[in-house]
Amino acid sequence: MLTMILKRAAMAIPSLIGVVIVTFLLTRALPGDPAAYFAGPAATPQAIQEVRVKLGLDKPLIAQFGSYVIDLAHGNFGTSLTTGQPVLTELRNRLPASAELTLLGLLVSIVIAVPLGIFAATRPNSLVDHACRLVATLGVSLPVFFTGLILIYVFYYLLGWAPAPLGRLDVFFDPPPQVTGFYLIDSVIAGQPATFLASLKQLVLPALTLGIFSLAPIARMTRASMLAVLSSDFVRTARASGLAPYTVVVTYAFRNAMLPVITTLGMVFSFLLGANVLVEKVFAWPGIGSYAVEALLASDFAPVQGFVLTMAVMYVALNLLIDVLYGLIDPRVRLEA
Amino acid sequence: MTAITATPRPEGGSAALFKHARYVVAENPVTGFAFALFVLIVLAAVIGPSIVPYDPLASDTAQALKPPSAHHWFGTDQLGRDVFSRVVVATRLDFFIAVASVALVFLMGGLAGVAAGFFGGWTDRIVGRIADTIMAFPLFVLAMGIVAALGNTVQNIVLATAIVNFPLYARIARAEANIRREAGFVEAARLSGNSDWRILAFQILPNVFPLLVVQMSLTMGYAILNAAGLSFIGLGVRPPTPEWGIMVAEGAAFMVSGEWWNAFFPGAALMIAVFCFNLLGDGLRDMVDPRRRT
Repeated sequence: MLTMILKRAAMAIPSLIGVVIVTFLLTRALPGDPAAYFAGPAATPQAIQEVRVKLGLDKPLIAQFGSYVIDLAHGNFGTSLTTGQPVLTELRNRLPASAELTLLGLLVSIVIAVPLGIFAATRPNSLVDHACRLVATLGVSLPVFFTGLILIYVFYYLLGWAPAPLGRLDVFFDPPPQVTGFYLIDSVIAGQPATFLASLKQLVLPALTLGIFSLAPIARMTRASMLAVLSSDFVRTARASGLAPYTVVVTYAFRNAMLPVITTLGMVFSFLLGANVLVEKVFAWPGIGSYAVEALLASDFAPVQGFVLTMAVMYVALNLLIDVLYGLIDPRVRLEA
Repeated sequence: MTAITATPRPEGGSAALFKHARYVVAENPVTGFAFALFVLIVLAAVIGPSIVPYDPLASDTAQALKPPSAHHWFGTDQLGRDVFSRVVVATRLDFFIAVASVALVFLMGGLAGVAAGFFGGWTDRIVGRIADTIMAFPLFVLAMGIVAALGNTVQNIVLATAIVNFPLYARIARAEANIRREAGFVEAARLSGNSDWRILAFQILPNVFPLLVVQMSLTMGYAILNAAGLSFIGLGVRPPTPEWGIMVAEGAAFMVSGEWWNAFFPGAALMIAVFCFNLLGDGLRDMVDPRRRT
């Protein structure tokens, strides 16, 4: 098992190297002279030259790449031009907000999509099956920012059930003492049920938006995989042995059908992490996505670069985690390794 | 040796095509519906700007933020511009971005993938490595980074959307080219003295083509979503140009105060377009490859 994990982790290294190279090349591809760009619009030629030397832009590309990698290894992601803060600090402060939202979004989509897929598979061509297909196709067709706005209109403006879409917590509440950075968990640790409820209220709509967007692949995969498993020999044997339908579907079929679904989670995360940026903008969520968008519009490149790098590293790590998880659940994968 | 029997070609090209199309539509009405929508979208993209009732850029502050009415079907925005005209006119730009990026990735990914599958070796390794590196990023995030770095223009949105879709195309083309590399008809062509490039162009490519076309229609929806997402966060298209993503972004502020039509109609247009492309893609895939039906 350990060899399998190590082997898989080694496979992630080329991806990481590729990610670092791409984020490096992206800065060098900035239009015009990067030195003039970083020096600001009002800089004199002399100031531009100083910046060029300071940033090492007068050195050959490979030397620049070397110093970039060394900077990254020291945790130096550069400094934001607009806020003057180190990018790493800001990313670290804002990451829990994004992570809490993304994970809750994933939870929502699993809770909806998996039962939907199972129902659709146990009753093929029924109403539920068609509903499942419709929901799945609609889910991928809805622009995630549009879903968010519709939810805001219905649940905030029309019904008044949801709080104003302005960040993680209502202004009347103070954030709970930071332990994990997740307000839901921290408020429980601090024993503040009111704060817990308030932050949950803020989370519901954005998490639902993300969930609707990402449930399609999960529902489709669950359905397809359940259909395959339900027609297999061991399910027929279980049925013939007179086991209750519930036992057959849940204990026998479902466990085996979940394996391909776990592999689709990689793709789901690609969707979720991207959609997260848009949802954060719609709900004024103070996460790393809205940080990157603000920086982008101000032509402040260091935060964008740090953001792209962070997201890619997280995505590589998540894929690694999913594969390891797969190995833990399915002994056959372990044997192959 | 068994005699090779040529499958009889259906008589009369266009008539047969029409018959087949009618069969497909009759078998799957959803595909027919999607096709009708597609025609409508193309029509809006082509003649839309010349049939809309108002100038999409003309503001009329006296008429600002009016709800949908007989004069303004989709209402007016904060500057009094007619939302209906803007939504229709925007079709051309959004459609152009989607088609251009899909055509671009079709060329890049298709050719690279076919070359990788056919030649193998270093070509294969390099293409595979590029695809893997792109896949290591969450796609929308990479697109953001590319547009941010290359510059905030529509061309770069097209390019970024093409790049993030590259692995999909390259992989399909690679797999299809690879299984045909040793196929009988390729060997025959080689024996009769064709060069590698000629085989690639006249034997391999035509066989890979249909699958890539299906892939194109499947990714069209994603391309539009991606482009609209980028312009929603303020990249690429700039106001006052009518474009669905940016119109939703502009209307977003009015959603909390109840002026829903500003963001709703461009968003709905976007949704319908993506829905249509997805359905069409599914239908086309069922036609070309019935086994992958889910």
